[in-house]
Amino acid sequence: MSLQFSIWLIVGLTFALYIGIAIWSRASSTNEFYVAGKGVHPIANGMATAADWMSAASFISMAGIISFLGYDGSVYLMGWTGGYVLLALLLAPYLRKFGKFTVPAFIGDRYYSNTARTVAVFCALIVSFTYIAGQMRGVGVVFSRYLEVDINSGVFIGMGIVLFYAILGGMKGITYTQVAQYCVLIFAFMVPAIFISIEMTNNPIPQLGFGSVGSDGVYLLDKLNGLHQELGFSQYTSGSKSKLDIFFITAALMIGTAGLPHVIVRFFTVKKVSDARKSAGWALLFIAILYTTAPAIAVFARTNLIETVSEKNYNDMPSWFKKWEDTGLLEFNDKNNDQIIQYNGNETINELTIDRDIMVLANPEIAQLPNWVIALLAAGALAAALSTAAGLLLVISSSVSHDLIKRIVKPDISEKGELVAARLSAFFAVLLAGYFGINPPDFVAATVALAFGLAAASFFPAIVLGIFYKRMNKEGAISGMIIGILLMLFYMTKFKFGWFGGGDSSDWWFGISPEGFGTVAMIVNFIVSITISNLTKEPPKEIIDLVENIRLPNETDD
Amino acid sequence: MKSKKSKDYWRKNLKYLIILLSIWFTVSFGFGVILVDQLNTFQFFGFKLGFWFAQQGSIYVFVILIFVYIYLMNRLDKNFRSSK
Repeated sequence: MSLQFSIWLIVGLTFALYIGIAIWSRASSTNEFYVAGKGVHPIANGMATAADWMSAASFISMAGIISFLGYDGSVYLMGWTGGYVLLALLLAPYLRKFGKFTVPAFIGDRYYSNTARTVAVFCALIVSFTYIAGQMRGVGVVFSRYLEVDINSGVFIGMGIVLFYAILGGMKGITYTQVAQYCVLIFAFMVPAIFISIEMTNNPIPQLGFGSVGSDGVYLLDKLNGLHQELGFSQYTSGSKSKLDIFFITAALMIGTAGLPHVIVRFFTVKKVSDARKSAGWALLFIAILYTTAPAIAVFARTNLIETVSEKNYNDMPSWFKKWEDTGLLEFNDKNNDQIIQYNGNETINELTIDRDIMVLANPEIAQLPNWVIALLAAGALAAALSTAAGLLLVISSSVSHDLIKRIVKPDISEKGELVAARLSAFFAVLLAGYFGINPPDFVAATVALAFGLAAASFFPAIVLGIFYKRMNKEGAISGMIIGILLMLFYMTKFKFGWFGGGDSSDWWFGISPEGFGTVAMIVNFIVSITISNLTKEPPKEIIDLVENIRLPNETDD
Repeated sequence: MKSKKSKDYWRKNLKYLIILLSIWFTVSFGFGVILVDQLNTFQFFGFKLGFWFAQQGSIYVFVILIFVYIYLMNRLDKNFRSSK
């Protein structure tokens, strides 16, 4: 079977599966459309959350980023898993007990204010749109690389699929599709990793493999550190970022994870409060499988790459080298005209530029795995991008139809009308996301990572204080959210796009990068919220009762 | 609502939270970031220990922490319901 045919076959089969699930699980009420009728099993919800969570970036780029950053890449590993501990312990069970459909609904009711609700809707829209544009682009890129259609047609195909099952099935359709997508993506990620781990270390478990000895009897990481030193890169296991920045970036990613509306809303879909905790546990377990494998792939790929190319003759390079050169992801510039590839940490003599995405995408070819594995990888990357896009889409549509239209603009709308509004807003959100996928503004790539900072700076304090601090009132929450998100937007636009006078890394406040600044903005949000809250009127009695009620378990176990 | 039973339940919950979140902080920010250089002087199989915590160990502990919390809270909920 040719490679092209295998890819079309496997991708086609998985797409048919997603569409089949969507038809089987279409939504007929707003309850089903927003929160899947609150009947999802915690393990299924764990898988759906994991697929929702792991985007095209986790699947394609993360292992590659880590393989170039070494220890510094740990910020993503700890940051994007540690947030689930916060979710399970501080947020998910209480929000489920509260029992509404969306994050702005919690904020609006807890802070007895439509202003708070509206601010929350806008924060949710800002966070979700910065995120979804990157996903649609990811779908386009995967299509263009594997299926040889151009990026734009890829985006259209992706839009069509997401539109079909998100509009038809709402949260219910999305949830069960995501369960299938998780299975596809984790299988696709693990198969090549296991093959390569066996090849390099004789250990089938990648997590153990990268701490084992290679065929030459030397520990793999020691060998890689040695290679790095020889070639003038900083030690793989030590990294080069400042400790303070590592700390702040990790914290921003963790807290941002716990504040992302499309993640939080997943915990509204389970049957009871204890299931919200359980599904957070399952979700993290399913996520951890990929996240503990990624650093292993990073080490295998890095070692493999250096050994294959460094100081070797260009004409002896294997066929994948030429193939990825054609795509522009790999560039060889023979500066001293000796036909030998000098790969070096010193920019003036380095002759090889490598795009980080290659590490996962080309891995099966580098390790000479069969065609079906490569096809599987394409299907896995698409599953990762589509599942995340669909989850975000739902947050956007429910924020508009439920929180804006039903609660503020037209409270007397019928359930049928609201369902139509939800489907319409999902439709327009896809169009907008597709537009950004086809015409990516420069800031999209830069802001996807910053979406976490925005979520940390806006939602996290408002929700946590809403549960754990009874005295917290609407004045405090509204000013905290507004100041938090504006401060984060200011810092991000100043240092990423050069607005407000711009500046480079030497101008960073306290030496903290924009990626880590979400932590600072969150602390400011906390301080502002608590201070203003104590200077203004206490929240009404019924709100204090509400908070006391969500802290306690239900009288019966359901 | 403000019965002794409710207060006890909430106080216990907060105690669990503080203990579990301290562990959460220690394995990630403590071992993986602040103390990483000191821990890296120890070898753990083929890994330097600090590096292992940052890229593997902290994640395993996170998973365990959530499941411990699930166990503790299910027990606490059960006691809360039976002690009418």
